[in-house]
Amino acid sequence: MELLIFFIFGGVAVLAAFLMIISWNPVAAVLNMILVMFCLAGLFVLLNAHFIAAIQILVYAGAIMVLFMFIIMLLNLRGNEPIWKSRDKNVLLSFLGFLLAVGAFIKLFSTLKASGLNQGTQIGEDFGTTALVGKILFTDYLLPFEIASILLLVAIIGAVMLAKTKID
Amino acid sequence: MEMIQTPEINLSAICHILTLCVTGLLILVLDLFINDQKLLPFKIDKKLLPYVALGGVILAGISSMNDFGPAVYAFNNTIAADNFAAFFNVIFCIGTALTIMISINYMEQEDLNHSEYYALLLFATAGMMLMALAASLITVFLGLELMSISLYILAGFNRAKVESTESALKYFLLGAFATGFLLYGMALIYGATGSTNLKEIAAAIKGDTLNSATLLYLGTGLMVIGLGFKVASVPFHMWTPDVYEGAPTAITAFMSVGPKAAGFAAFFRVFLVGLGGITDHWVSLIWVIAALTMTVGNLTALAQTNIKRMLAYSSISHAGYVLVALVAANEIGSTAVLYYMLAYAFMNIGAFTVVIVLGKKGEENLNLEDYSGLASRHPLLGFTMAVFMFSLAGIPPLAGFFGKFYIFSAAIKAGYVGLAVIGLLNSVVAVFYYLRITVLIYIKDPVREFPPLSISPFTLAALVIAVIGTIQLGIFPSWILEIAQSSSLF
Amino acid sequence: MLNQYLGVLILLVLATGTAVGMLTLTSLLGPKKSFPDKMEPFECGKKPIVSPRQRFSVKFYLTAVLFILFDIEAVFLYPWAILFKKLGWFGFVEMLLFIVVLGIGLVYVWKKGALKWE
Repeated sequence: MELLIFFIFGGVAVLAAFLMIISWNPVAAVLNMILVMFCLAGLFVLLNAHFIAAIQILVYAGAIMVLFMFIIMLLNLRGNEPIWKSRDKNVLLSFLGFLLAVGAFIKLFSTLKASGLNQGTQIGEDFGTTALVGKILFTDYLLPFEIASILLLVAIIGAVMLAKTKID
Repeated sequence: MEMIQTPEINLSAICHILTLCVTGLLILVLDLFINDQKLLPFKIDKKLLPYVALGGVILAGISSMNDFGPAVYAFNNTIAADNFAAFFNVIFCIGTALTIMISINYMEQEDLNHSEYYALLLFATAGMMLMALAASLITVFLGLELMSISLYILAGFNRAKVESTESALKYFLLGAFATGFLLYGMALIYGATGSTNLKEIAAAIKGDTLNSATLLYLGTGLMVIGLGFKVASVPFHMWTPDVYEGAPTAITAFMSVGPKAAGFAAFFRVFLVGLGGITDHWVSLIWVIAALTMTVGNLTALAQTNIKRMLAYSSISHAGYVLVALVAANEIGSTAVLYYMLAYAFMNIGAFTVVIVLGKKGEENLNLEDYSGLASRHPLLGFTMAVFMFSLAGIPPLAGFFGKFYIFSAAIKAGYVGLAVIGLLNSVVAVFYYLRITVLIYIKDPVREFPPLSISPFTLAALVIAVIGTIQLGIFPSWILEIAQSSSLF
Repeated sequence: MLNQYLGVLILLVLATGTAVGMLTLTSLLGPKKSFPDKMEPFECGKKPIVSPRQRFSVKFYLTAVLFILFDIEAVFLYPWAILFKKLGWFGFVEMLLFIVVLGIGLVYVWKKGALKWE
């Protein structure tokens, strides 16, 4: 059963990612990407990363994709614009890149298969729940947590400094 | 209900980071309420805020100096406050303090006098310190991001200039991509060893309790890419010249010193402490990168006509020299890097300061030709530039010479004679383009009018400190080497 | 553990099924009579004079970025809210620091006028 769910989510994710890359319409590409994000959330659930799965939907499929939409509307790209067409010229390059990627993956999988994975650590029943993630975040990783607030603050300053139309 | 145990908190171990963050926040808040006399009980001029920042950095530097002594592990082993970190933190503070000193006049002259600039410098420095202090991959990542995001903003600070925006955009896009590689590498290493803590990773490698050796090697390779980008090593260096050229010159000076040193601090920590057990697997990779970085950096620098681009390629080649020390992976190498980065901070910021002093708004005089005959008009300024160039070229008795000397002797001692020879040949090439500037300054006739210099006291002070540092480190290297030796990772 | 997601799965299937079903049914059952006037784009009964796809102002972007940053802040609040009682005063102070730093960010955005539409 779990394997079946994995293949459904994984398959849809790969398919949507492929559609995202080949789609001519930027808005359609974004919608496909939302589907990828959603399927990834499903995969996270299968990995017992429940909190991350919820965040994946809330932040990525929700908020960040809204930002992507905004940017596409800001740039107002259309499928027929010359700059958009320029990627046609790189067909040979993309094909070579694709071959390289396939080769690398085959090599990687064969090596992985030859060396084999040891049985991973057994995880507890509450692994990946919001409570356990929170417990580790607020005790063991207290300092990184507080630094994250400074990081967000810097990002806020950056947004205002670089994107505000007038600075006084 | 079972209460969660309060973790042990050791604020004294992160005293310097706290100082920087609090000063940065203070500057932000003061800037907002500066015109609001109702809310602020005292009057403060906006022009005073840079000095507040400078004070914060100096305080942080003093607190870093206090860190020398036995290593302290804090915050559940995410922080390792040892001598290695303390030495690097002092370098960061020197770099940031000098940057602030040369910025005060420069930013006003370029009409960019926003207080956020200083707050971001402080936050970036806090990020660098976190990288040097990191004992866990998570801390490395957070420090790196804090530093990088601040730098993306600072590079694009001159919004009116297209080059500045281009520089920020290029840096951000490529930097985000490199961060992706780094993060993927960290995830794979975590998957392979079951821990993000550098010591536990080392223990897992030593005790052979890996989940998968292949994933570990793959993660190591990805981390080389991510960190290699941050220190601008070939072939991950493409961004450097454009970003250095477009960013405000004071930020270029800052970027070429602190963040580079921080990248190396993380590089050394992760690869020598965490992945020291599989040195055989990554050392040949770094060997190639180091040789490429030195050669490509130096050869390309020869062809440059813009001083900022030339210094950018020179900084790439210097990254190559430092990577030689990583290949050596011994005590002398680790010591040499500390000494080298300190010397590099003085001479590189010094060189950029001269560039700033010779420019004025709208006319930055960045062509090498603009330096012709500098000595005949401003002999002292010409002399200081010559000192920095000689030191960067590695000519005795200046600081740069001893740095290179120790790095190459570390490589020879570790048995990498070939790499040391490549490095030496590269130093010879480097002498060429550094000397060309000196020749222009002293022998050529001026091609343009040199206006009378109006050098502000703080810029002058920064220049004097940089010259004294460069000469002093070169003539009396022993005391600083002693401290560096006690700070090495081995 | 995964059994808990059964409800989500059923909802997912139902929602997708309803949406897909409605679309297919309307296209199958609905009458399709098209004539040239019907196919023309119009706005309030008039023919549109400009393309409906205009460039957005960069101001939207600033608002969206700020929204995401504060949204990420909220992400940290979920685990904290669950553990609030267990963490005790320590957790309170910890989160207070976090919120204060981001609060400074909010004040900064506010005072800089980034929330004003100008």
